[in-house]
Amino acid sequence: MILPIIRTAIASLRRDRAALALAFVLPVSFFTIFAVIFGGMHDTTPKITVILVDQDQSSASQQLMHALQQEGSLVIRTHPESKDKPAQPDYTAATAEAAVKAGDAPIALIIPKGFGQNPIAFGPSRDNSSAIQLLNDSSDMIAPQMVSGLLQKAAMTSMPSAMADQGVKYTEEYLGELTPDQRKKAESNIAQLRKLEKDGTINSAASSSGSSGFDGIIPVHARAVVGQNKKSPMVSFYAAAIGVMFLLFTASGSAGALLDEAESGTLDRVLSSRITMTSLLAGKLTYNTLLAFTQLTVMFLWAWAVFHLDFFSHIPGFVVMGLSTAVAVAAFGLLLASFCHTRAQLGALSTLLVLIMSSIGGSMFPRYLMPEAMQKAGLLTINAWAIDGFTKVFWRDQPVTALWPQVTVLLTVGIVLFVVARRVARRWEFA
Amino acid sequence: MASATAVPVSSATLPLAIDALVKRFGALTAVNGVSLEVQAGECLGLLGPNGAGKSTTIRAIVGRVIPDSGRIAIFGARADTNAARSALGWVPQELAVYPRLTCKENLIAFGRYHGLSGKQLSDSVAWCLDWAALQDRANDLAMKLSGGMKRRLNMAAGIIHRPRIVLMDEPTAGVDPQSRNRIFEMIEALRKQGTAIVYTTHYMEEAERLCDRIAIIDHGQIIALGTKEELVHNAFAARSQVTARFGGSEARIVDWVQRHGGRMVEGVAEFSIERSIEIGALLESAAKDGLDLEDVSLRRPNLESVFLHLTGRELRE
Repeated sequence: MILPIIRTAIASLRRDRAALALAFVLPVSFFTIFAVIFGGMHDTTPKITVILVDQDQSSASQQLMHALQQEGSLVIRTHPESKDKPAQPDYTAATAEAAVKAGDAPIALIIPKGFGQNPIAFGPSRDNSSAIQLLNDSSDMIAPQMVSGLLQKAAMTSMPSAMADQGVKYTEEYLGELTPDQRKKAESNIAQLRKLEKDGTINSAASSSGSSGFDGIIPVHARAVVGQNKKSPMVSFYAAAIGVMFLLFTASGSAGALLDEAESGTLDRVLSSRITMTSLLAGKLTYNTLLAFTQLTVMFLWAWAVFHLDFFSHIPGFVVMGLSTAVAVAAFGLLLASFCHTRAQLGALSTLLVLIMSSIGGSMFPRYLMPEAMQKAGLLTINAWAIDGFTKVFWRDQPVTALWPQVTVLLTVGIVLFVVARRVARRWEFA
Repeated sequence: MASATAVPVSSATLPLAIDALVKRFGALTAVNGVSLEVQAGECLGLLGPNGAGKSTTIRAIVGRVIPDSGRIAIFGARADTNAARSALGWVPQELAVYPRLTCKENLIAFGRYHGLSGKQLSDSVAWCLDWAALQDRANDLAMKLSGGMKRRLNMAAGIIHRPRIVLMDEPTAGVDPQSRNRIFEMIEALRKQGTAIVYTTHYMEEAERLCDRIAIIDHGQIIALGTKEELVHNAFAARSQVTARFGGSEARIVDWVQRHGGRMVEGVAEFSIERSIEIGALLESAAKDGLDLEDVSLRRPNLESVFLHLTGRELRE
């Protein structure tokens, strides 16, 4: 008697596409996304873009820079990249800091003048003026740790002569002066090392498999240039990230009222009045936009009240980003509803799409943790653009005018999705 | 859109004029050349079984179905124009109201959809609540109403803009007899105000009680049109119907019924006679042939009989 029950259940499942999608497509999609992000399908660690300013121009700084360039997990930029203007001037300390503030790169390294004279320090750094300046965006907590480690590794592997030279100095300082013979031998060895460095026999950090081990051989002075004064780092990020994800769910659910109305016959009755399908959808888009904006406002007010987010000094940026995001998610919901035939279908499809969009769009974990290809794929989602915009407002304190790329994309997405939804909704207009 | 591109001027005062309406859904012809006219203040019944084409005809009049050919004019205007929509009220078969709005909120919403506002809207809402006897439930959610009340609200939402012609698509579907009577009273009240009504049903009694004229529709075609008396007279003249139930061999019964000019309908022998005295001769013949009579009755034909006579099928098959 069990077999007939199983047969009935299988037949029902086969015909319930929504349940099938939730049962098989969603888990496989999620597994794939997480495997790509955290697994070994691509580079295990995403590349970190580092702006490098060499004010010292010494052989030590050059060697260090060369070694960092050889690091596979770093992308070193010495000047801004622009397709329109190929020959851009090198970064200065000021432009590098501005670039980190603008979010062009999470890290800038400034090798100051005088670095070459004392490139290595055993024990606590005594002189901050020759220490490498590491400017970072504190929203990215991983990049500074990684770059610091790689910096030490590069020093260990790329500057053996400097290390030997400094070693001799430290020996003389703490143990007494070397004899002329010892000094001669040491200098000869150091000269040999310099020759090998010049030949390129010793130059590559990438060729070495050794770990940085010695923490702090190169004096580094780290300074957060973005978010240093924020009371609650990451709160604005998560308010936007989680907010957008739930906005997408709510917008889909709310747009589902259209399906209820179609099923109950109310839609027919409404369309037999003076209301046209275009005005009906426009009304629903406006309502869903206002609903989504209200949700975002509640979310950010909560973040202000509980997590001390600086909400009230960012009102213009919030309104611009909030409304743009709300338009996009409202149109997304309408499009899904107009594609689906039943609430169950809508529920399954929206769950599938929203979770996928949220995972690759940065709502579940920051996009900078993802491989480069996935970061680019994330730009196909509403989440990524919305989060980027809100980050500009609340994290980088950028003016409203700086939001134009995000606003343009989100509003365009909203308009395009609405137009497609209107076209799909023709099926309800006449039989 | 094939509806009413060149409607005759004379039809401008006619609430509804349909000419040779055809609507196909793939291979199925749902409406096949329907022509109708409804006069001011008249109640026209569309009587037919499920799937006969009644609802498709109504939906075409409302502009929710695009006819393949034919013309529809509402007071001379095309079905999909604002003028037609203002003049036309529609009570769909489904309970097409917002369940989470109150009765009053529903009426306000549909009133606004029809362009009402201000005092005109509030007056209309009050009138509709009164007409549907829902004043006491004005602030109750639609989803909390009884089946009959939901039906009344559904009707009220269809006439909130005070249309001059109302299409009612089986408005009593699924309601108890008491609620049905209340709905009949509402329709009669509407008629007294001079509103033209098109009323679809597959309940013969409703058509007989409410409608001035009745169009019997089957397989998308109007097979008879007239007052109840006209329909019966045209089908049966002055004849009456005799129905008789016999026990015993079915083959013998069928043979006997056919020899005497009758027919079998669901195991019951049916004869058409001009004078009641003919019953005696029939029963005598049955007894002679050894048939075992269980039950016999004589009745004047009604719309059910007309439908059966015209189609060979029961109205509710």
